[in-house]
Amino acid sequence: MMPDLGKYAVTVLLAYGVSGLVLAALVLQSLIRHRSLRQKLSDVEDRRQ
Amino acid sequence: MSLSKRILPWVAMLSAICLATGLIWGFFFTPDDVRQGSTVKIIYLHVPTALMAINAWLMMLVASLIWLIRRHHVSALAARAAAPVGLAMTLVALLTGALWGQPMWGTYWAWDPRLTSFMILALFYLGYITLWSAIEDPDTAADLTSVLCLVGSVFALLSRYAVNFWNQGLHQGASLSLDKEEHVSNVFWQPLVVSIGGFVLLFLALVLLRTQSEIISRRTQALLARERTP
Repeated sequence: MMPDLGKYAVTVLLAYGVSGLVLAALVLQSLIRHRSLRQKLSDVEDRRQ
Repeated sequence: MSLSKRILPWVAMLSAICLATGLIWGFFFTPDDVRQGSTVKIIYLHVPTALMAINAWLMMLVASLIWLIRRHHVSALAARAAAPVGLAMTLVALLTGALWGQPMWGTYWAWDPRLTSFMILALFYLGYITLWSAIEDPDTAADLTSVLCLVGSVFALLSRYAVNFWNQGLHQGASLSLDKEEHVSNVFWQPLVVSIGGFVLLFLALVLLRTQSEIISRRTQALLARERTP
């Protein structure tokens, strides 16, 4: 299944690995921040009621 | 915000489908290039992220202009939300370009016009994000970051067109072009277009999510400020 990447295997796999890490970190950070801000707003709204 | 909440899951799902299709197709089911060997597979990451790095800044420019002209708060928050996404795209484009450059050009980095303008664009993204965080008053922050965005647009455009007016650079011309002679071969072009679609949708999904976060944060701050006033 894995294609033969020849002498450039490390380069290609590193490019995909590094890109995956950067993009996964961005998506995770966005989701975690969104959830925490929503929780904070909900706490403030509850306190006001 | 209700519309963006409704479309966000669909955009995110479509993005995941396009990214998976484009990247799996490109990585597993396309041949090696005659000159580049298997490093041609980096094109499916490098070209879409480089495209989005520039277009994210242009989207921020439009949003900043709307803020400066119409004082529409959501546009300023959307510009702020897009900056970290644009920075991540710029970093991926720079890193994948450097990794590709080592075997093809014999160096990770060269002070080539396009590479240099991309590096400056990354610094503009960092400066933009820092400026937003450094200023307490949100309207002043939006004003100053909008001006910075206008200035940075020169480098966003330069990074797109640098190869056209400086011939001495290492970087080749556009991979996607209406001119068939400049165009990459169809076997690489089709998964590349799907991958680009995936990255555009990923950008859109992240900007929608982060703009919602910015609006929630602004609302929380307003409520807290109201609590503090006697």
